[in-house]
Amino acid sequence: MFDTALTTNDLIFLAKGAGMTLIVTAISVFFGTILGVIFGVFRYQVGPWWAAPLTFVLDIFRSIPLLIQLVLANAFITTVLGIRVSGFTIACGVLSLYTAAYCAEIVRGGIEAVPSTLRRAARSLGMTWRQDMTSVTMPLAARIALPSWIGLALGVMKDSALVYVVQVVELLKSAQILITRLQEPLFLLMICGLFYFLISFPVARFGGYLEKKWSND
Amino acid sequence: MIEIENVRKSFGALEVLKGIDLTVAKGEVLTVIGGSGSGKSTLLTCINGLEPIDQGRILVDGVEVHAKATNLNQLRRKIGIVFQQYNAFPHLTVLENVMLAQRKVLGRPKDQAEAEAVRQLSHVGLGDKLGVYPTRLSGGQQQRMAIARALAMSPDYMLFDEVTSALDPQLVGEVLDTLRLLASEGMTMICVTHEMKFAREVSDRVAFFHQGVMVEIAPPAQFFDTPESPELRNFLAATH
Amino acid sequence: MFNYNFRWAQALDSLPRMLEGALITLEVALLSMVIGICIAMVLTMFRLSGSRILSAIATTWVEIARNTPALFQIYMVHFGLGSFGIHLSPYLSLLIGIAFNNAGYLAENFRGALKGIPDTQTRSARSLGMTPVQSFRYVVMPQMLRISFLPMTNQMVWAILMTSLGTVVAMNTDLYGVTSDLNARTFRTFELFAIAAVIFYVITKTVTLSARLLAARLFRY
Repeated sequence: MFDTALTTNDLIFLAKGAGMTLIVTAISVFFGTILGVIFGVFRYQVGPWWAAPLTFVLDIFRSIPLLIQLVLANAFITTVLGIRVSGFTIACGVLSLYTAAYCAEIVRGGIEAVPSTLRRAARSLGMTWRQDMTSVTMPLAARIALPSWIGLALGVMKDSALVYVVQVVELLKSAQILITRLQEPLFLLMICGLFYFLISFPVARFGGYLEKKWSND
Repeated sequence: MIEIENVRKSFGALEVLKGIDLTVAKGEVLTVIGGSGSGKSTLLTCINGLEPIDQGRILVDGVEVHAKATNLNQLRRKIGIVFQQYNAFPHLTVLENVMLAQRKVLGRPKDQAEAEAVRQLSHVGLGDKLGVYPTRLSGGQQQRMAIARALAMSPDYMLFDEVTSALDPQLVGEVLDTLRLLASEGMTMICVTHEMKFAREVSDRVAFFHQGVMVEIAPPAQFFDTPESPELRNFLAATH
Repeated sequence: MFNYNFRWAQALDSLPRMLEGALITLEVALLSMVIGICIAMVLTMFRLSGSRILSAIATTWVEIARNTPALFQIYMVHFGLGSFGIHLSPYLSLLIGIAFNNAGYLAENFRGALKGIPDTQTRSARSLGMTPVQSFRYVVMPQMLRISFLPMTNQMVWAILMTSLGTVVAMNTDLYGVTSDLNARTFRTFELFAIAAVIFYVITKTVTLSARLLAARLFRY
């Protein structure tokens, strides 16, 4: 089974792909989370009516395929606007917004799950809105939202496999390139699958553990 | 007739039934009282075969409940049981709740099952709630529905496991009235209960369980007025 | 400000073909859901069966489906099975890949839903003389499906979005595939994919909305 034409160079090529997957994921989750928190707090604060335009826009990111989002962004920026931007930038930009759209939902849910009596108690102690948010509501909401956020981050990692469409060579794409050359699809795909699985599985388990632990007390 | 012979039952290291012998005749109303953990509820679930036993045997009309060859699903049709939690099936209307087992277990045709369900529901005073979902009912109404559901299977015996314990005080009366009605119609019943007044009124005999042992069993007058064992005397003193 | 000439009219000429593609997309998504739900039921029963082997099979399925990219799963069905000499059409590869993914996620949802149904429901059904299968079928399952209804709707939306991944196995009859094909001939990338995006949006919104209406009709309790 391990009788393969894979060379060391090919392995380095794959490792680079894996590195790209992780970098794109990290950047997108980072910026997506920041944006998501801002959007989520905003949506909660101004109420559903005033947040409707934002809600609508964010919903678009969750209602059309990521592949199309990437193709459209790429076409819009490079052909329509005529700006030269790397595929990497576009990939990170789109994935960040995509992450933000889901993250805003998680953040809003987290804040809404904090009992309003607690917030009232904080305010009755003379805390300002800011103080209440930073020292009472957000810490509690973060705890409630963390398991879902972990799920989201892992989801982004898996979805980052689609950035190949804007010429970013991440793990699956690099495997596919090798498959075309070496004609060993099963072996190469197994390596890829294993890579994703070994990152995703333990982290997902950890998220599940946190969720269980925190829902009991 | 229900015959219980030297039944022992443990949950792990805890022995909850320490050799129970008891016979309940057809048409008899037996109430069982005792503190929590006395094993009285466990006995009911054993009679129904929902719990296995470790020793002894239980015969219902001569059929051994826990014997391998016994078809429990068939036997359970004879023995209705109603629990402390009403266990209404939330996705079915009151009428459908009472029809389900008739249709699936007894294989009754729809119209017949429906007629029986309506009859039993009217009997327990829920004739006007047929199309309602159980979540819209009070606890007392849900419990009466559970009783009707068990009765619709035309059981020969009814077991009641603290059926009023989960109810608000003002709802207890309506459920007890339903039990009284059944008793007066000659249903063979074993009721585990905390309602002393009820036990005294309707029972043919009352049994007292204490730490897995049936300490005393007697007709209600004798049971309540001249209790023999110190355990029962203490128990009655504490509950009055 | 734009030097770009939008040619919407030309792109819109392709609308009928794209709508046909949308039908295929919907068909694949629906079929994958039906298959996915059936398999998820079986996996759920495997997990409840108490058999170690069966529950290991179910757990493996669920974890692979949830912890690897859907794109990988579709690749595996197409190229992975291909190396065993099983060559599936793009349509089948896509359908099976998505169904595999659906089944894994749904089985996990079902498990969560089952936790929300008290044991006393089964106990009560059994005490009325129902067999274990009957009590699952008539008492537990309907409640489980109700609790899982919203997650199932979400999965359906996912399934619709996932059909776009068919492009990696050269699927060219679904909405994304048709759009790609048109793009390769006309290079009106932005216009074509913008139209595809709108169609996808309308489909997913319609599905979510009808699911909500359906739920209101189905679950009156």
